Amino acid sequence: MTTLTAAGAPQSAWWRNRVVRRFLGHRLAVVGLVMITLLSLACALGPHLLPYDSLQIDLHARFASPLTGDHYLGTDPLGRDLATRLLMAGRISLLVGFFSMLLATLAGTLVGVVAGYMGGWVNSVLMRTVDGFLSFPTLFLLLALAVALKPSPTMITVIIALTSWMTVARIVATEVASLKEREFVLAGRMLGLSRAHIMFREILPNVMGPIIVAATLTVARAILLEAYISFLGFGIQPPLPSWGNMLNGAQQYLDRSPWLAIIPGLAIAMAVTSFNFIGDGLRDALDVRSELK
Amino acid sequence: MVEFLLKRFMQSIVLLVIVSIIGFVVLNLIPGGPIAQYALDSGMTQDDKERIAAQLGLNRPLWVQYLEWAWRLLQGDWGTSFRDGNQVFSVVARHVPATLLLMGSASVIAVSIGTVIGIRGATHRHSVFDYIATVGAMVALSIPTFWFGLVGIYVFSLELGWLPAGNMYTIGDGSVLNHMHHLIMPSVVLALVHIAIWSRFMRAATIDAMGQEFVKTARAKGVSERRVVMKHVVGNALLPMITLAGVQLPSLLTGALVTETVFTWPGMGRLFLDSLSNSDYPVVMGLLMFSALLTIVGNLIADIVVAMVDPRIRLA
Repeated sequence: MTTLTAAGAPQSAWWRNRVVRRFLGHRLAVVGLVMITLLSLACALGPHLLPYDSLQIDLHARFASPLTGDHYLGTDPLGRDLATRLLMAGRISLLVGFFSMLLATLAGTLVGVVAGYMGGWVNSVLMRTVDGFLSFPTLFLLLALAVALKPSPTMITVIIALTSWMTVARIVATEVASLKEREFVLAGRMLGLSRAHIMFREILPNVMGPIIVAATLTVARAILLEAYISFLGFGIQPPLPSWGNMLNGAQQYLDRSPWLAIIPGLAIAMAVTSFNFIGDGLRDALDVRSELK
Repeated sequence: MVEFLLKRFMQSIVLLVIVSIIGFVVLNLIPGGPIAQYALDSGMTQDDKERIAAQLGLNRPLWVQYLEWAWRLLQGDWGTSFRDGNQVFSVVARHVPATLLLMGSASVIAVSIGTVIGIRGATHRHSVFDYIATVGAMVALSIPTFWFGLVGIYVFSLELGWLPAGNMYTIGDGSVLNHMHHLIMPSVVLALVHIAIWSRFMRAATIDAMGQEFVKTARAKGVSERRVVMKHVVGNALLPMITLAGVQLPSLLTGALVTETVFTWPGMGRLFLDSLSNSDYPVVMGLLMFSALLTIVGNLIADIVVAMVDPRIRLA
């Protein structure tokens, strides 16, 4: 069965694909893509290239300012090199963000497809449950769950996903509900295809566009949420560094070392902004009906 | 209209039930559950704990426990705080006004500034202003609220000394002016993210409305552009604005939690965190349920207002 997305003819080169071209025409989206690629590379390779270890405590070099002396970004209250810590923390923050996105998107898509296709009371029950979860302020629910369950990085990933799947579910459900009435679905039903087959082999490929956009924005949100709970002390626990818990102790040192607060914040801003830009660009590139900029 | 309101009201009740179920699940996930306070006392034997569990009815089927818990909630018995033995309901109630003050002022700032920026961005599309506003909004949405708070404290309290770094008022000076002085930074910090949200919304709503037929008619009639925008366009964006305000409530509460932490503001958010740190789970659960209740009631009120204001619903 043919898909309805603008996937392009299989023969022409991928960079001639209309979606790719529209995405690349989006200045901000490209900037976002470049930023996040650089950031990911830095977090993956940086700690190997820098001379310091992220856990190495050096009480002679505490609170060093950035750009003075040997430490590029200065040191933290225990004398650990800030640059290395920042990049190691980036690994954790980015990985948690990415994997919670995967979980949330999986769960949300499943719920959304079933709710959208089945309609009726199944849709009502599932969508009301989505609304129920959305009625809690995210951070309140996250914190309560974080205290209830162990704060290991895996658990944090799971509970962030638990508070992020709802948006994906809603988007998918609406899309699937509108696609349900199309001819190719009718044809599939006439051919006697099972409901599962229609839902996941016919309809789902056509919802991939909105799902990818939602997934990108979910990563952005997940990174932000991890930063929030780690800042409050209930997320990633020290000595494991994350951008959020690096900010946790920074408030008391604001007068003497403001960069301890500013620098991790900028890292978070860079990562989240990149994903938001990319998500916006993808949304415009994949939307057949949007106005051409 | 009555039919619509009735339907909406029923939906809210269903939502409340679902929310209470989720809350009950969270309550039972907490290590030790309702007898957690006794788990902290090392003098208790396993036998004692089991006896208390039986007394509290914890060995009955889960759904029976849920119904009892929900019934107690409805009657206003939200449990007693582990810390000082006060009624959870009164503890929560004491901290709510401070948070409402913060949320209210932040909303006022966010809506007023956000809508102005949004409208200007829509009427002067693709201008430098619009570009900066759009990118700025996206960046503001990507930065954690507490970072703005920390930077704000550094710049305005430590470096410039213009604004106080925390608390609701300075001890010894309880004047209104002092209160307002302390309110400025927290509410602006909380408002920042929402200014971005409102400006993006207003821009989209204005662009939408400007494409409508009645705008062409008004222009053809010779109505000045300014009047067209102000009166007709904004008027039509007002309805979705009310709905959006309701939808924003959970994120306002989340932002308030973080802002209150950074600025030591004595509200619900700070209470939530303090209770978490002290393992005061009854208060934690009380606040969790209250926040959901606030959201559901807030959305219901928003829908009621829309129903009264929108002639399409009012006259249906």
